[in-house]
Amino acid sequence: MTNKNKKYQLKIPIETANLEIIRDFVARIAQNMGFSEENIHRIELAVDEASTNVIKHAYKGAGNKDKFIMVEVTVHKDRLEIDVIDTGTGFDPEEIRTPEMDEYLKKMKRGGLGLYLIKTLMDKVEYKFKPGIRNRVRMTKYKNAV
Amino acid sequence: MEKFEVFRKDLDSVAVLNIQGFLDAHTAPEFETELQKIIGEKKFNIIVNLDGLQYISSAGLGVFMGVIEDIRKNGGDLKICCAAPKVYKVFDLLGFPSLYEFYDTEEAAVKKFNKKTK
Repeated sequence: MTNKNKKYQLKIPIETANLEIIRDFVARIAQNMGFSEENIHRIELAVDEASTNVIKHAYKGAGNKDKFIMVEVTVHKDRLEIDVIDTGTGFDPEEIRTPEMDEYLKKMKRGGLGLYLIKTLMDKVEYKFKPGIRNRVRMTKYKNAV
Repeated sequence: MEKFEVFRKDLDSVAVLNIQGFLDAHTAPEFETELQKIIGEKKFNIIVNLDGLQYISSAGLGVFMGVIEDIRKNGGDLKICCAAPKVYKVFDLLGFPSLYEFYDTEEAAVKKFNKKTK
């Protein structure tokens, strides 16, 4: 028996119609790992939000032809690691970091909610941006987390 | 394909939108169009019944946020009912229950509107 981590990769055109395929892809892996229904939903939603951000923002103005989003899932013994990768312009998460949610909702602003959700739903979120080359959002969920 | 459907029902003073299936960035525009149609008819007492909704992402929640100001400015309200726990949880994470009224049944939401209009 090797102790190698399992890796899965999905490369898919950036269209909102593909969000369900992305959700199903990560949900199935999380299910196989034995995550609870509630945590599978959290993982699905976080990946949906990260992918929606890419579709809506990362390739702004560039046209969608030949543009892809990559979802890389690594199954570790104790955790699930999901990378959402694009080669678009990226964005500065600090810039669109949401202020206090109460304040935010009062202003009835849309957008930016996704990032807040991702942070709330996952155990760890890391960003790595090289605009135009490779942007990556890495989200981690631990198996034993509540 | 995961389905998304919107059904409309008009009661005396209230328009009810029943949304079913999966509400994400792909299907949110359809929901928004239906809501805007109601607002365009100057009907501002709206209930969104989530009974058959299985999934919602922030794109769906954004639709609720995008119309509420307009509705309340015109003396109306948008009330939400019948959310499954999994769906309600997403609203809750983003603090919606402090800004929108949630009801367990459609009847309760209608009653609240009727109380106001009488």
